[in-house]
Amino acid sequence: MRVTFVRTLAELAERNPRIMLLTGDLGYTTLEPFSERFPNRFFNMGVAEQNMLGVATGLAEAGFIPFVYSIVTFASLRPYEFIRNGPILHQLPVRIVGVGGGFEYGTAGPSHYGLEDLGVMRIQPGISVVAPADYQQAQASLLATWDLPGPVYYRLGKDERKTVEGLGGRFELGRAQVIRSGTDLAIIAVGSIAHEAASAASVLADRGISSTLAVVAGLNPAPIDDLVKILSEFPLALTVEAHYVVGGIGSLASEVVAEHGLSCRIVRCGVRTTPNGICGSQVYQHRQHGLSSGALVDTAISQLQSISR
Amino acid sequence: MRDLSGETLAEKYGLSYQIRRIILEQSKRANVGHIGSNLSIADIIAAMYENVLRIRSPDDPERDRFILSKGHAALALYAALFLKGFLTEELLNTFCEDGSVLGVHPDHALNGVDFSTGSLGHGLALGAGAALAARLRRSSRRFFVLVSDAECNEGSLWETVMFAAHHYLSNLIAIVDLNGQQAFGYTKEVLNLSPMAERWRAFGWDVQEVDGHDVEELTRTISGFDTTQGAPHVLIASTVFGKGVSFMQSQIKWHYWPMSDEEYRQALIEIEEMS
Repeated sequence: MRVTFVRTLAELAERNPRIMLLTGDLGYTTLEPFSERFPNRFFNMGVAEQNMLGVATGLAEAGFIPFVYSIVTFASLRPYEFIRNGPILHQLPVRIVGVGGGFEYGTAGPSHYGLEDLGVMRIQPGISVVAPADYQQAQASLLATWDLPGPVYYRLGKDERKTVEGLGGRFELGRAQVIRSGTDLAIIAVGSIAHEAASAASVLADRGISSTLAVVAGLNPAPIDDLVKILSEFPLALTVEAHYVVGGIGSLASEVVAEHGLSCRIVRCGVRTTPNGICGSQVYQHRQHGLSSGALVDTAISQLQSISR
Repeated sequence: MRDLSGETLAEKYGLSYQIRRIILEQSKRANVGHIGSNLSIADIIAAMYENVLRIRSPDDPERDRFILSKGHAALALYAALFLKGFLTEELLNTFCEDGSVLGVHPDHALNGVDFSTGSLGHGLALGAGAALAARLRRSSRRFFVLVSDAECNEGSLWETVMFAAHHYLSNLIAIVDLNGQQAFGYTKEVLNLSPMAERWRAFGWDVQEVDGHDVEELTRTISGFDTTQGAPHVLIASTVFGKGVSFMQSQIKWHYWPMSDEEYRQALIEIEEMS
């Protein structure tokens, strides 16, 4: 996703001189399509994310559209207060690009996992929060949001090849994309974990369980109307996110159910404990935290059984 | 108030006195503190708004920018904006009222304030970004950022100090209000910042040390800065916390304390006598 994103950004920058790219010393072999074409609009800010966000705020106030780039946790959590007091309170078009949500940095270990970024960004009013499911949707989301007047947070995955079947790269801010329709339960996924959710939906179908699968790539503004519609139709919905279960899509779906008085039971599939110092591949971590396709299938079946009792 | 010659006190004593008077009046009316921090920068603000800043109107995009990174002294800034005609008396008199945009810390919702500040260690980065933008746009506007000495406790400030020096942001001028005090004690006891000038110099800034209560010296020093090329500039401005009011000077409690009626009367007399 990140390679596609940067290539698309460079194409946009060709036409729009306001676009700048700042990195916290990350993106080697990824950012060159931009940095080599626009050396005057590219700054390696060094390993100093607070200053990067502060400088980006100053640039945006003067009319630029600065994209700041780092790994999810360093882009979102380290300079969080600078994001709040800067682009959010001033409503300026700073773009915060975090790479590698969830467990994508696998063996790099817990310091590099991104498990709370969507939650901390979503609670702030006035910032668009975008988490594409694949590289096609990453491109579409950038094209749809790069010139919004307020700030945007992007959580990008590292995979550049896989696509979520049926999604076709569709993106619309404030909307959910329904890519499979069923009758037994709803599955609502955010970000690149949608691959596991799609795979689980296929396996469930093979076993005679029919599910609706929605991909939510924009948590803020929240796709409230779409979620109300989906959650009204089912007694059970699984939310799926490579994120702590608090703050992300599971919380959002629960808020919608509560505020609209719906009778859908929400089962939040996500991370419930700290990684406890354990590193391991993304595949391993998804399995450990119940986010692998197989684990999602098991959860769906056992939860369907429990509500039918 | 007019004396026998018909001159107002404002005309007689200049901007520093008027800023101090507004600081006392409004702090008393709103019954809030941060008086010592405000008095500490009254002369720096006077130099800025009387002599240094090139501002034809607060809407002119080519105007110099002033960022009060030590946002807790916003009242001194409001006073200057009022005295320069950028802020009405009616609005000034809403300071700290319910529903006012004039809080203890400044907000960009107020015309004349470009950036909201109050979280220490933020303002210099904002100024650096704005200064970089001006360079990219080939604008000659300058960016002044007033930081407190205790604000130099913040690691984020030094991130920006490195960045600005690396990119030779000569259009960025930091002013350190070196009053030696912070909320809970003296800086040398809380987290020693000395030698302040050598620290900035070691990071590659052009450093000048001045008396932060000498408007003429402040003005003269800044006018000597080359803001078209070379290193960013920092004025290390030695100041006295609570300057002008004897019972506040260098006293920790006046970081937060509001004034009693008697203290207010005494303070007004003293600032007039010093002017």
